[in-house]
Amino acid sequence: MADEPLVLGIETSCDETGVGVVRGTTLLADAVASSVDEHARFGGVVPEVASRAHLEAMVPTVQRALDQAGVTAADLDGIAVTAGPGLAGALLVGVSAAKAYAYALGKPLYGVNHLASHICVSQLEHGRLPEPTMALLVSGGHSSLLLTEDITSDVRPLGATIDDAAGEAFDKVARVLGLGFPGGPVVDRMAREGDPEAIRFPRGLTGPRDPEYDFSFSGLKTAVARWVEQKRRAGEDVPVADVAASFQEAVTDVLTRKAVKACRANGVDHLMIGGGVAANSRLRAMAEERCERAGIRLRVPRPGLCTDNGAMVAALGAEMVRRGRDASALDLSADSSLPVTEVSVPDPHGAVHAHAHHSLGGGA
Amino acid sequence: MLLLAFDTATPAVTAALHDGTTVVAESTRIDARRHGELLLPAIDRVLRDAGAAKGDLTALAVGVGPGPYTGLRVGLVTAAALGHALGIPVHGVCTLDGLARAARAEGVTGPFAAVTDARRKEVYWAAYDEHGARVSGPDVDRPADIADRLAGAPAVGAGALLHAGVLTGARGPEHVSAGHLAAHAAERLAAGGDLLPPVPLYLRRPDAQVPAGYKAVLPA
Repeated sequence: MADEPLVLGIETSCDETGVGVVRGTTLLADAVASSVDEHARFGGVVPEVASRAHLEAMVPTVQRALDQAGVTAADLDGIAVTAGPGLAGALLVGVSAAKAYAYALGKPLYGVNHLASHICVSQLEHGRLPEPTMALLVSGGHSSLLLTEDITSDVRPLGATIDDAAGEAFDKVARVLGLGFPGGPVVDRMAREGDPEAIRFPRGLTGPRDPEYDFSFSGLKTAVARWVEQKRRAGEDVPVADVAASFQEAVTDVLTRKAVKACRANGVDHLMIGGGVAANSRLRAMAEERCERAGIRLRVPRPGLCTDNGAMVAALGAEMVRRGRDASALDLSADSSLPVTEVSVPDPHGAVHAHAHHSLGGGA
Repeated sequence: MLLLAFDTATPAVTAALHDGTTVVAESTRIDARRHGELLLPAIDRVLRDAGAAKGDLTALAVGVGPGPYTGLRVGLVTAAALGHALGIPVHGVCTLDGLARAARAEGVTGPFAAVTDARRKEVYWAAYDEHGARVSGPDVDRPADIADRLAGAPAVGAGALLHAGVLTGARGPEHVSAGHLAAHAAERLAAGGDLLPPVPLYLRRPDAQVPAGYKAVLPA
């Protein structure tokens, strides 16, 4: 393990300033500074507020991660950073910081994809990703089914949401129920007291002629709002726990059903679930149940590694170094709409060649 | 002393190296949309041009604005990270002071103002006396609201030139240069004076509104 690459990862695509340190597939530090409380009164993430917070938090969070890991910056084999997708101004803070660290320390820079990082974080908990692996990525900004053969070079989208992301639906339903922002944790908590079968909310895009692996949560969100408003207008109490449980059941039912189906259709027997919504307790339980029934091995990182963090970026960076992937150039751009198929952003002139850290035959 | 200075608070992405006596290298590119891409290569260029190594640097000076936030932050976070990694102090300089110094070097005399574009039909500006000392600002205002106060006095910078119809004393220099920023910082440091903390001068709050109550889905 000692000769595995030591990489620091920086993540600033949304409202968390995350800095992680990873050696190979071993997590050494995961420091996060969140501005979520500053966004709560706005009912959603305000990009400028997030960007200002990233600037303030950057150096202290890097120092905290190095201290936690018990390493010095000079020991690092590389600096990895989320190059996209995400909020443009927020990404730019992390990318600029990463470049400055890489330059000052004389280390290679790896601009990597946020979604691929969410998949690769699984390596820190369950060892190297089996090839192939199916990934269900569900967060406030994304809901995608991705098939990866090599997490440093090959991620293929099978389907994605056609409207709201799953996490967005949690936020909106929480607002309908007056539960505040962010919606995920509070809906999860309320749902534990409720009956998931109480109300049969619609399962979007599950008809016979619907796209097999795409998702839609906008109709579900509206159905919940209508149901709640009708109750209120009739002067009846809204059974908040039942609504939360039934809504959550509809989301997790569709997500897990499609993920299992995608595994079966593609002959893939490993499913990883990542992104902030993967912290949802019902999603985790249902996925476990359904995967076990289908003979699929499930990999879900602990909740703290499902939400945005720097360790996931470091995990992908370490894998890039290990496989000898090309580093990025110092004029690397932050790309708010970086396609999921672009796992990293190598130097277009190919001038920066990373050397393979050690043989690919090495075990996990 | 080997001081590296840079500024990204305006469309100019500018970096310079100062040895305590003079500016030994400088690089300036004007591109309002590529601060993130241009800054580190510019820093690398001035170090190479001067034949200096990163480890030779003794201090950093960074323009703290005011300026449009996204670009401004590129300079500030770069300075913070470089300072952290190299273990050297990071000082802040008001970007308008750098511009004012450039103006004096180009022969502007008497009281004058340094003005940059704040977008949304406003400008960032500060007023300077005949010795080049800042006497007011930095502030953000509409050009028409400061025209009377300037009363035709020279107004330098792209913000003045953009509103030359209102700011009748508008003239060059148009852009801030890190060379002047570096010289300003080097003089202050040599004199044992204070510079600013390396934190941004935003001058405006983030645009964000607390949403008005819950919007019903059902028709009223």
